[in-house]
Amino acid sequence: MGRVILHSDLNSFYASVECLYRPELKKKPVVVCGKQSTRHGIILAKNEIAKRFGVRTGEAIWEAQSKCPNLVLLPPNYSRYLRFSELAMSVYRNYTDKIESFGIDECWMDITESTRLFGNGESLAHKIKEKIKNELGITVSVGVSYNKIFAKLGSDLKKPDEVTVINRDNFKDTVWPLPVNELLYVGPATKRKLNRIGIFTIGDLANTHMAFLVKLLGKWGETIWAFANGYDATPVNKTDHDGIIKSIGNSLTAPRDLTCDEDVKMLIYVLSESVGKRLRKHNLKGKTVQISIKANDLSLIERQAGFDDYTYTSSLIAEKAFKIFTRNWDWSKNIRLLGVRAANLVTANEYVQLSLFSDGRKAKRELLDRSIDSIRSRFGHYSVQRALLLRKKRENGLNINPVEDHVIHPISFFKGHI
Amino acid sequence: MWMRKAYVEVLVRYTREGQKIPILIIWEDGRKFSVDRVLDIRRAASLKAGGQGIRYRCRICSKETFLWFEEGKWFVEAL
Repeated sequence: MGRVILHSDLNSFYASVECLYRPELKKKPVVVCGKQSTRHGIILAKNEIAKRFGVRTGEAIWEAQSKCPNLVLLPPNYSRYLRFSELAMSVYRNYTDKIESFGIDECWMDITESTRLFGNGESLAHKIKEKIKNELGITVSVGVSYNKIFAKLGSDLKKPDEVTVINRDNFKDTVWPLPVNELLYVGPATKRKLNRIGIFTIGDLANTHMAFLVKLLGKWGETIWAFANGYDATPVNKTDHDGIIKSIGNSLTAPRDLTCDEDVKMLIYVLSESVGKRLRKHNLKGKTVQISIKANDLSLIERQAGFDDYTYTSSLIAEKAFKIFTRNWDWSKNIRLLGVRAANLVTANEYVQLSLFSDGRKAKRELLDRSIDSIRSRFGHYSVQRALLLRKKRENGLNINPVEDHVIHPISFFKGHI
Repeated sequence: MWMRKAYVEVLVRYTREGQKIPILIIWEDGRKFSVDRVLDIRRAASLKAGGQGIRYRCRICSKETFLWFEEGKWFVEAL
């Protein structure tokens, strides 16, 4: 018997949650977007009505408004979205423990073994869809198939609030006529290459000789050819635990371009505090600090350096990051985005070789950071701050809290496999 | 038709298992309504007032009404 895989996609997730809390907006075109004043002014999500006006995720607010003048703009509320995402997960967990989330609003479930208990894939998909609608007040579309790729395609095919079944008998009729870029990992560049040689649909791709695709696209050729034919066998990874963390990092597009060392120092401290806090939360220490710098012409560089000893102390991370920065930046361009990352991690309570030459302040600093964490958890992030961050506080808006105002990054389909 | 989300004060009994049972609702103007019986407890969304939490179906003065517990606060759907 083949596998039974579901892919569940919370429809227009951010916008749906916002509309749930503002029932008076349900009949209006609504988008969730970042703040224009801090240069995060793009559309993050739109509801069905805004979609009908042609509003697209990722475009600038003014573009969306030109298509739809009565657009209602709402700021994002990440902690609420995380709560709803976790609630959805708890619904899925009623039926299987093999759940792999793909971003905040999508996930795969392997329910092969649960079908004996709860009925076949399609009926279980309907059950999940109804349960989410009743308990969370938002809708999902679910794809049911025998591999992850077709399950994901299925959930995109009919939405919102629908179930689509793609099995071995009907995939040639349902999947193959779709444009080739509907397939996961066929982006604009690959699409262009494929179109140039006359491959327009997923069916075209499936019926092309694999060796030819490998010649054209390299090893990806083989991968997407297998995807198109339904040969994908990647398992659904359990992600109920965080998985193995390889590095912890934060990056931020600054509200305005950074123009001097002082600006950079400030943002590096903000980011390092967040990185340090997350390291401590997961009980990890890092030995390597990496920084990434995106200039205002969008060119990106990444540089790294190591510590002598493992650490989770925010100020040490910040000092090192700033040192790397001054060594690598000549200010020929201004800076748009900065990132700080700690890598080469070990569990914090592992025994480590003590250094003969350390000055004994290390343990003190670690205790200090732990105390600051506990003060902040009780009285809020801004209750204790570095004096450095209080300078020019009002005018530059660089002092932000990236842990809570956090951004969700896309993750790879292949994580854990390659 | 959407309704107002009215936060209310609630007197709650904690059972030995840690379950919360509302026993008295204090309305915005100070009027008190005792909950005769809790008929159903489940997670649900309030589409009319806009919210999501644990929904208590209660009988109050021989009428059935919903009371929600959402992130530490209690609310009802009001006109």
